[in-house]
Amino acid sequence: MRIALFATCIVDAMYPRVALATVRVLERLGHEVVFPPGQGCCSQMHVNSGYLQDALPVVRNHVKAFSAADYDVAVAPSGSCVASLGHQQPMVARAGGDEDLARRAEAVAGTTYELSQLLVDVLGVTNAAEQLGSWFPHTVTYHPSCHGMRLLRLGDRQKDLVRSVAGVEFTELPDAEECCGFGGTFSFKNPDVSAAMAEEKIGNITATGAQVCTGGDASCLMHLGGAISRTGAGVATVHFAEILASTRQNPLEVTGPVELSIPGPTGRRHRTQAAAGSAAGSASSDAPAAVAADSGESR
Amino acid sequence: MSRTALGMPAVRPVRGQGNLHAETAFPAAARAEMGNTQMRANIRHATHTIRGKRANVVNELPDWQALRSAGSALKESVMANLPELLEQFEANVTARGGTVHWARDAAEANRIITNLVQATGSTEAIKIKSMATAEIDLERHLAEHGITATETDLAELIVQLGHDRSSHILVPAIHKNRHEIREIFLREMTETDESLTSEPRDLAEAARAHLREKFLSTKVAISGANFGVAETGTLTVVESEGNGRMCLTLPETLITVMGIEKLVPTFADLEVYLQLLPRSSTGERMNPYTSMWTGVTPGDGPQDVHVVLLDNGRSAVLSDPAGRSALHCIRCSACLNVCPVYEQAGGHAYGSTYPGPIGAILSPQLTGITSAENASLPYASTLCGACYDVCPVKINIPEILVHLRDEDVRTKHGQRPAADAVPTEDGATAALQTPAGPQGTAENIGGGRSTGSASGPAPGRVRRLFQRLPHPPSEMDLMMKGASMVMSSGRRMALAERALPLGRAVAGHDRRISWLPGMAGGWTDVRDIPAPPRESFRNWWAQHADETQDRVRADGTVPDADPAQPTDPHQVKEGDR
Repeated sequence: MRIALFATCIVDAMYPRVALATVRVLERLGHEVVFPPGQGCCSQMHVNSGYLQDALPVVRNHVKAFSAADYDVAVAPSGSCVASLGHQQPMVARAGGDEDLARRAEAVAGTTYELSQLLVDVLGVTNAAEQLGSWFPHTVTYHPSCHGMRLLRLGDRQKDLVRSVAGVEFTELPDAEECCGFGGTFSFKNPDVSAAMAEEKIGNITATGAQVCTGGDASCLMHLGGAISRTGAGVATVHFAEILASTRQNPLEVTGPVELSIPGPTGRRHRTQAAAGSAAGSASSDAPAAVAADSGESR
Repeated sequence: MSRTALGMPAVRPVRGQGNLHAETAFPAAARAEMGNTQMRANIRHATHTIRGKRANVVNELPDWQALRSAGSALKESVMANLPELLEQFEANVTARGGTVHWARDAAEANRIITNLVQATGSTEAIKIKSMATAEIDLERHLAEHGITATETDLAELIVQLGHDRSSHILVPAIHKNRHEIREIFLREMTETDESLTSEPRDLAEAARAHLREKFLSTKVAISGANFGVAETGTLTVVESEGNGRMCLTLPETLITVMGIEKLVPTFADLEVYLQLLPRSSTGERMNPYTSMWTGVTPGDGPQDVHVVLLDNGRSAVLSDPAGRSALHCIRCSACLNVCPVYEQAGGHAYGSTYPGPIGAILSPQLTGITSAENASLPYASTLCGACYDVCPVKINIPEILVHLRDEDVRTKHGQRPAADAVPTEDGATAALQTPAGPQGTAENIGGGRSTGSASGPAPGRVRRLFQRLPHPPSEMDLMMKGASMVMSSGRRMALAERALPLGRAVAGHDRRISWLPGMAGGWTDVRDIPAPPRESFRNWWAQHADETQDRVRADGTVPDADPAQPTDPHQVKEGDR
């Protein structure tokens, strides 16, 4: 299948490793991934801040970029941005008096999947260890981001995929369905309430004893990770695509300083993520250290 | 006065007044409230308890979603036929010996009710818990005219005796725990003494004794109404304590204040709401007391029965197709109990009779966006959607929040007239009806300026003129404009992302950014930003797209020949919500 990646603006600019992880998982299944070069943002930041008029060119651009590309389905590693395509883009277009754009936005949204939707519902992946070779030897808890849960009704798709990764020791998050407090511009327009909500969520995360909190939206994870970094709670926030992409030969490292860059110097040669992990000189257990060394050799 | 009508209706709906205006913008009000850790602990405990109870009684119903749809559809039909239903309701109440009064706004309602009480010669009234009377600030108005209205609902009594404000639609004293309640009773009820314990049973008994005398001696009662049935003229009050039943049966005069949106077409329609309301509200299958009365029954109960139909901004809400479903609200408070923002900030932070998610849309809709303070309410949400999920009448609160944010932005940009009523000292509407037509949208730009107002007070005029002047763009405006420019082009995104290493330099050695200037400081006040990556995905991919084989090899996973059978993607999407 030819799959178009909608990286989303935050993953594109801040979390390129999440986009790469999405690519690795899909390529591993034998699919071709393309990146429509004109893509920008889903427009959600503008819409949710009330700037519907400024959202219109962003919507127009997204629809143009994905209408021009040739693909079977599109995928994004974000429940929130995928929900925005279907729930907001047609509304923005209609508010701007462009019915034709609204219809085309609906068509693009109709073929765009959130990553776990695509994996489970379309590609039939139910066991990440067996079907993707995923390996991640850590204790993990999971925060379901609101828009994936309530607008896309993802249910347990993301969680079940993570649970099926070899090595994952899963712990349930208490009050998981409560919002983390990000809310886009809410996070700096109402910083006190947002911080209190993050504090509540982080309290629940640390209570699970997990080393890693995963989820399906980089924005929520950035908010939680940023607050954890301030409190020194010592839990890593990791997008579930990176956990699915992690393998014995090329494992994801979650200790040491946060490094968002795609591993390896900018150049033609691809390097494994393990290189960055071993360079940081830290390994949480024997197993990843050994594998890190292995993959160092294979490099 | 001269006014350019531009085809707009001659009579424009009035805007709401009373306890609907936030005095402090939400972020600052929330910050102040959040300092009260006792209150936060009380609210956290109470909301989580009710939340759990509601979930239990909702999950046991196989047809809950169908009930919600019915509740929503019925309210839609009520809104579509409101004028006819109101007239039908009035005719039926009148035919059964009741009297119907029409109140355009809070001031008019307060005047009508005060006159009715004064006509009885009584200076006392007993009250049933009612959102409508709280909205119009009736108690204060009556007190100014020498009439004492005593709350008979336990929680409302606690708030009244504590000289406090309600912080929750269903549980007005949710912010107080039983020890604080004991203190209030000891201080305010002369008949109590130190032997009063803080056991709920003892506190309830003290309130009972305190109120019994009032029930037996007071000749006038004032109530709200949960529902009014157009086809019969029947009014309904749903409650838990039985105080309402006492108020509805013992006094000689009964005055009911009902928002015009509270109608249902037929008696049979109540079956839907009497299933939805208690389960959503108190988490009970059925509430203990459901009282219904139709006009006057000779020789039984109050013989002097009045209904005050309250608009107070509701017609204005009705005129906005994108926001009118806020009028479907049956005041169950389920949205408050699941709201994580309400849980942290508490009800007082919303500055209105209506707190929580429903308040964040209803208050600014009723008043119109008249000030920076109440314009802050639609932003008091992360748009998490928990409120929409539990709403028994399916009000899409997040969608209306976004709609109101858009209205606010356009109002600030002068593309939309500011709201058309400014409350004055006595609550009367200053005639500041700028041309916000039924759509209230950008079609009014420029052309719809009123050229003067004889009756509007000068400050209002000045303010209105000021609001019409082009405003300098805010930091937010500039950010949004810039982001729109960049994010609407892949090429511009790629260029902008070339600056990522700059962010890395700012982050420095510990690879995190802990301080940013201006608006973004709201982020870094409480969180770090990780050092940005060296390169965006887009720019990386331009060099590495063709390295599939390397990537698969590096991961060390050879895909199975046929790992899974892909499903036709188009079929899957069909099943999506």
